[in-house]
Amino acid sequence: MQPIHLAWVDYTILLAYVAFVLGIGWALARYMKSSADFLTSARSIPTWVTGLAFISANLGALELVGMAASGAKYGIATAHFYWVGAIPAMIFLAVFMMPFYYGSKARSVPEYLQMRFNKPVMGLNAIGFAIMTVFASGISMNALAKLLNQLLGWNYHFALFVCSGVVLLYVLKGGLTSAIYTEVLQFFMIVLGFAPVVYLGLKDVGGWTAMTTKLHAVAQNPMALDLNTKSFAPDAWTSAWKPLLGGYDANPMGVNVFAIVFGLGFVLSFGYWCTNFLVVQRAMAAKNMTAARNTPIVAAIPKMLFPALVILPGMLAVALTAMPDKNYRIPPPIIAPEAYTQAVDIVKSANPADSAAAVKAVADALGKKVNAGKITALIAANAATKMSDDQIKQGIYNDVAEYDYDSVIFSLVKKYCPAGLLGLALTALLASFMSGMAGNVTAFNTVWTYNLYQAFFVPDKSDAHYFWMGKFITVVGIGLSIACAYFARQYNNAMDIIQLVFGFVNAPVFATFLFGMFWKRTTSIAAFCGLFGGIAGSTVFHALTIATGNVPGVKGAYLWSILGHEVPKSCIFPSEMAQNFWLATFAFCVCFGLTLVLSLATSRTKTDEQLKGLVYSLTPKIVDHNVPVWQRPAVVGTVLLIACVILNIIFW
Amino acid sequence: MGLDIRWPIGLMFTFIGVLLTGYGAINSAGSQSLGMNINLIWGVVLLVFGLLMLLGAARGGKTPPSA
Repeated sequence: MQPIHLAWVDYTILLAYVAFVLGIGWALARYMKSSADFLTSARSIPTWVTGLAFISANLGALELVGMAASGAKYGIATAHFYWVGAIPAMIFLAVFMMPFYYGSKARSVPEYLQMRFNKPVMGLNAIGFAIMTVFASGISMNALAKLLNQLLGWNYHFALFVCSGVVLLYVLKGGLTSAIYTEVLQFFMIVLGFAPVVYLGLKDVGGWTAMTTKLHAVAQNPMALDLNTKSFAPDAWTSAWKPLLGGYDANPMGVNVFAIVFGLGFVLSFGYWCTNFLVVQRAMAAKNMTAARNTPIVAAIPKMLFPALVILPGMLAVALTAMPDKNYRIPPPIIAPEAYTQAVDIVKSANPADSAAAVKAVADALGKKVNAGKITALIAANAATKMSDDQIKQGIYNDVAEYDYDSVIFSLVKKYCPAGLLGLALTALLASFMSGMAGNVTAFNTVWTYNLYQAFFVPDKSDAHYFWMGKFITVVGIGLSIACAYFARQYNNAMDIIQLVFGFVNAPVFATFLFGMFWKRTTSIAAFCGLFGGIAGSTVFHALTIATGNVPGVKGAYLWSILGHEVPKSCIFPSEMAQNFWLATFAFCVCFGLTLVLSLATSRTKTDEQLKGLVYSLTPKIVDHNVPVWQRPAVVGTVLLIACVILNIIFW
Repeated sequence: MGLDIRWPIGLMFTFIGVLLTGYGAINSAGSQSLGMNINLIWGVVLLVFGLLMLLGAARGGKTPPSA
């Protein structure tokens, strides 16, 4: 809990990384001659580079911090975000959708909607997307600044501005190419920086079997660690599917199979991977159609294996917390030093015979739940033999019955990394946040410049003007992200928030693309109403529902409070995760239904000829005969799907 | 674009690899984790990775691995 001081070797690694990413920006600056160079990389990049960038852009705070947090909270079922919630959608994108994105020569995903439908549909999608990128980037930077503050004692504002500043510089210099190139560097940095931490954690716990044995015990009595309020079957943390089959109550996620398969695996996953310009932009920057289609395929290989890197640390953290001799706990939420001092005084002056009042006073002083039994024991121990203030403080720290799950990964780095390796792991963490931010910013600036500014406000200017605007909006985008970071500062689990925003914007949109790409009868007016209805639907759904244990407000159900009504039982979900999945499912169904019905009710405004290259049935199929077998998306995609199924069976 | 990304990746990891290996060799006491000189071990891994990237960049020039 004390900030660590970095050695010169750590700072050298950190600075070397910063120097290299900035260097890449500078080296690419001379190639930036037009808005297309800056915003779309002028379609010039090889597959393995776009593929790794594709996965790296997604590897922001969401991955390392959020997935480790979920790994601790939910165990191996978190891997569904990969094996169910990513791989199938990535392969679908590669095989079926990329030909339309790349072949239509659209400069962005919203632009495809403009070609297929009309400007209003594109505008609606572009605005939603722009808001989402800024939020995602802000949340990511907030998490980074918070962690740097916690671990290194850096000033929050300093950390936030310096890291954003580095991203701003290299994106401004080298545009999308610079973001993509640094993302590849970041990919290797993240993998090579965290692999030793995971290895050391696993070794310390005593290997995989020792960890699962420990987690079996934890699952049966998570109350002992204040990890959950009810007990589960032994395999709740160590099996991916079995706990889900038992329904909402049988797993710590509080979800069932339908929510995972349809809500996550279909709606959220396809909505994200197939329509989110943040990732699709990487594939669109590829040098030719085959390279573009293979981008998500290349990305799917590391994606499938990432749970070992990002989820396993969370599970290790739980196992370590359950082993008293390891002297580790998942860190509690940050508590001010004054509050600790106050709590220490309460413990010192407490009467061991009547500790109940003191326990309550400690909890009040900290503003957190505490483990009453352990505090009572601490008071008794102190009464028996006088302890130093630091010892008592450590005792209180250990007895806080709440967890800051987002700091799991950091706490493991701190535990296992000596100077040197610490610098490397820290740099990896920094790299993941920066790649997330750069990804969002480069998607944001393209959508703003081409799809909002050029399309709606200032249509007929020279390319030099849009080039300038692209750079200008990059600065604005970073500024907005910083503002969002401050806004995000009040939330605990960033992952849940991102899922919620995805639910609003992403969930309905896949229905629109599905109809647009695969049914030529879909009309523009239907697409617009469907998309709008989907977003409105998810907003209403969120306003009416809430997860158990949450207070009506930003977490949902605020409409009931406004109406002065209790939240009805039917509107309460067993977990936030379940609420998010159902929200997405609802939004998707609204969009799907409205688009379908209205398409049938309105007449087509676009002819078959106009839709050529935009709709599946009107576009000549791509013939892969001249491409070697191992580069054919359909072939490699099938192999990967089989591998994914095998993984699911292994961890069933 | 005219920059092969394997150059900066290779250079960076070679540099960090040398740094970590050297630090682990000089300061063995300060490099221990679970009884291993982890800086030395991982430094060598990074060094090998960095050199492989440089080798690829130098040899391949215009033909990256899977394009």
